[in-house]
Amino acid sequence: MAVPTSSSVDLSAALVLGPTTVADWLVILPVAWCFAIGAVLVMLRRAVGLHPIIAVAGLAGLVLIDALLLRHVVTNGPVTMVMGRWLPPFGIAFTVDLTGALFALVAAIVALAGGIFSLADINDSGRRYGFYPFLMLLMAGVSGAFLTGDVFNLYVWFEVLLISSFGLLVLGSEPEQIDGTVKYGFLNLVATTLFLVATGYLYAVFGTLNMADIARKAEGLRGSAPLMTLTALYVLAFGMKAAAFPVNFWLPASYHTPRVVVSALFAGLLTKVGIYALIRVMVMLFPVEREELSFVMALAGALTMIVGVLGALAQSDFRRILGYLVVSGIGSMLAGIAVGGPGGIGGAIFYALHSMLVMTGLYFAAGIAARLGGGSSIATVSGLYRKNVGFAALTLMLCFAVSGLPPFSGFWPKVMLVKAALDIGAWWLAAALLLAGFCTVIATGRLFLLAYWRDEAGAAVETVRLPPAVLAPLAALSLLTLGIGLYPEPLLATIQSAAAGLAEPSAYLNSVFPAGGLQ
Amino acid sequence: MEAWFALLVGIFFTVAVYLMLSKFIIRVLLGVAVLGNAVNLLIFTGGRLTRDVPPVIAGGVDTLAGPAANALPQALILTAIVISFSFFAFLLVLAWRAYEDLSTDNTDEMRVAEPVKDPMPPLGY
Repeated sequence: MAVPTSSSVDLSAALVLGPTTVADWLVILPVAWCFAIGAVLVMLRRAVGLHPIIAVAGLAGLVLIDALLLRHVVTNGPVTMVMGRWLPPFGIAFTVDLTGALFALVAAIVALAGGIFSLADINDSGRRYGFYPFLMLLMAGVSGAFLTGDVFNLYVWFEVLLISSFGLLVLGSEPEQIDGTVKYGFLNLVATTLFLVATGYLYAVFGTLNMADIARKAEGLRGSAPLMTLTALYVLAFGMKAAAFPVNFWLPASYHTPRVVVSALFAGLLTKVGIYALIRVMVMLFPVEREELSFVMALAGALTMIVGVLGALAQSDFRRILGYLVVSGIGSMLAGIAVGGPGGIGGAIFYALHSMLVMTGLYFAAGIAARLGGGSSIATVSGLYRKNVGFAALTLMLCFAVSGLPPFSGFWPKVMLVKAALDIGAWWLAAALLLAGFCTVIATGRLFLLAYWRDEAGAAVETVRLPPAVLAPLAALSLLTLGIGLYPEPLLATIQSAAAGLAEPSAYLNSVFPAGGLQ
Repeated sequence: MEAWFALLVGIFFTVAVYLMLSKFIIRVLLGVAVLGNAVNLLIFTGGRLTRDVPPVIAGGVDTLAGPAANALPQALILTAIVISFSFFAFLLVLAWRAYEDLSTDNTDEMRVAEPVKDPMPPLGY
């Protein structure tokens, strides 16, 4: 049935006709900004002396953009921007709610700390092989994953961050790194392919990839579509990304091999992207299926915590201990997602944000310890406390924080998670959380005792001064941890409303489909 | 038609999983390549297989005349092909480099990052 061209077409049915407000550009700006800075760095590939300056300034800009975005989301609720002005669900949507904005801001803060630390950690050859462009592309992928409102785009952002992480991981190309990258590369590729399988099924079932569209259509399809299968596939794929037991062994095999700053950023960012995706899919898209899977996830979470911390106790290398502690922390977040409710989800989000700051800081500490002690095995490194008291104090703060001891940031999410687990009667999960915390205290205590307090018999230890570029990011992250621990109310309130927004996504849906939208 | 495709995708997945369970990187790599194609076919099937014409709007017309093929799965597959090809290329170079540096492509013997005989952690001062 041909329609003559002369008849006017009502574009408002398919396109956004109003002008895009400046505030809407904030939604896409973190990604575009990182790509732009990365492109500039690639263009200036011969002027490696300029790289650190541009990259650190760029990351500082990213923190500012994400802070403005968070403020905008706090005051106005979730914001949506569609590419090419097509109305959702046709256009590719970037939708930012509180959870996404919080994760993006903390990721940017961690990346800025890493950028500053890299001034003293990345040498000229690392710069020539493109550390800074990779770092900016990694941040583009991470920010994109946190801000997108489209499942297929989430896959694409995962791949963007994955390929940049490969580049960062082999930087230096020592045999150890190549070995680590082989395991990291293959297993992560399998995980993202599983994610793509699940997304293919999702499209077959829903005929749409827009998260808001899926969230509102899921209720109608619950009786007829294999949503449980879909959700289980997502759990496996994102669980692998987040290094949950039993698919966690790629992480301790690879995270101790690259440059310290690369390990630090990976520990802070990459596993948490998996957790974020899991929260987004399980809590917002498939809440009923999450309920069904909650026992399996709680079991996986408890095992992840315990296996992780036991691995940490069995290691003698500073960075390998930390690799296992990253895994252990993931278990707590999984437990939170499994328990659900405002306490569980809020606890998982809080724990993820805390873990981003703390694990990055601890890897910085491992790098500084190797610099001071001349190695990373705690069997040989000793007397760090006498070499630099301030550094030892900062490390101790982070050790307390990762163990969940007050007054540091790890305490509050742990309390939330234990209380949420007890509220639903899962006493064994609460016990696992407390046991994992206790074993973490032993693991970090042993680390501190051997590497920091033990003195070489008869050896004269002299004080060593550290350059501010390595001490400043560590101090900033430790003080941030202390600050959150002492005064958690504003962050806690924001996280509570973020968790509420995920459980009851009507504001998110309204932002994507303002007038009920097309059906 | 969909049933035959489902069977084909199943065979692809079987082959991919079988190859990826191997100890040798190069076979794992072939498995990854087959896996990528299996997923692409899966997405293609997920968008429903029809004999309809491409969704092209004829000149002088505003809307599509008659039923049309679903273009979105093809766009998704195009993206996925580009990504999986680039990853395959990267991993191929990595495998070659690993073979050169570690002089093995057997994953059981790749223990540089995680030594088999790790010394015991210190048990006291």
